[in-house]
Amino acid sequence: MRDRIDSPIVLLGCRLLSPYIMLFGFYVVIHGHYSPGGGFQGGALLGASFLLMRVAGGDEIGRLQLKEHLAKPLAILGVAIYFGTGLLSILLGGNFLDYSFLPIPGMDTEWLRYTGILIIEVGIGLAVMATFIMIYDNMARGEEEDD
Amino acid sequence: MFWEVELIIYIFIVLSALLALKVHDLLVAVVMMTVYSFSIALLFVAMGAIDVGYTEAVIGAGITGILFILVIYKTTRHTKD
Amino acid sequence: MIYAASSLPYRGDPNNLMHAEESMVGSKVIGSYAIQNTYLDARTPNFVTVILGDYRAIDTFGEQLVIYTAGMITFLLLAASKRRKNER
Repeated sequence: MRDRIDSPIVLLGCRLLSPYIMLFGFYVVIHGHYSPGGGFQGGALLGASFLLMRVAGGDEIGRLQLKEHLAKPLAILGVAIYFGTGLLSILLGGNFLDYSFLPIPGMDTEWLRYTGILIIEVGIGLAVMATFIMIYDNMARGEEEDD
Repeated sequence: MFWEVELIIYIFIVLSALLALKVHDLLVAVVMMTVYSFSIALLFVAMGAIDVGYTEAVIGAGITGILFILVIYKTTRHTKD
Repeated sequence: MIYAASSLPYRGDPNNLMHAEESMVGSKVIGSYAIQNTYLDARTPNFVTVILGDYRAIDTFGEQLVIYTAGMITFLLLAASKRRKNER
């Protein structure tokens, strides 16, 4: 970012807009059973809210929301939630990603599948959000090293 | 849905794609790409594929635009040809 | 291409083959099966979510792995170029 001009108006606008995009992203992830959307779209909205602050505020202000080294563990955690859900149902005697074998007491098969879809959508959302932040950070930092 | 709405969206898609190819300022080209993606998303929604349109609007008009703008800031804004 | 597109069936016609309950060889079509049975299977009104998250969950897992691999490739490539520049 060589010829970037720090504009307080743009920064204020993005600071106002970013939490609402983030809230809408959480809504899309959680409410994916009843409305269009799901893990991928909600994760992309969450990633867009972080990337908006990084574009508007530069490195120092953008890193305040989510540190750069936190992106990679979050992506691994998202993939691990999805894969762990599938592996748990294998270990308890079912097929891969068969949610009706999840060890949650007091639920019949339909609500277990409902809960399983919710769990893997949270995993997808985390992985997609952290991956977009990781791509942006690596592109921004890698080009600076070349100067 | 109504075919008039889809005709207007088709015209928007073709015009924004031609403008993104022809223009010399790369920032204008990126904005035209986001207009193109959003028109595609509107077309998907008009066809009834709401989830596909949602994904196209978020990815094509949001994330891709931000990444292209980052690359433009890193390199140069005007093309030679 | 325009000639080929002119003989496609109309979009949204309920008599199309993809909207029938059984295909030409007698097997069940996934679209009408999903519309009829997703709420009974998973208590979820949005059947796109059930198809992506339950019936075709391994596809979604592959999609997530593709995105994760793209992020890790940017990390590995750019970190490797930085390390090589430091060694020089």
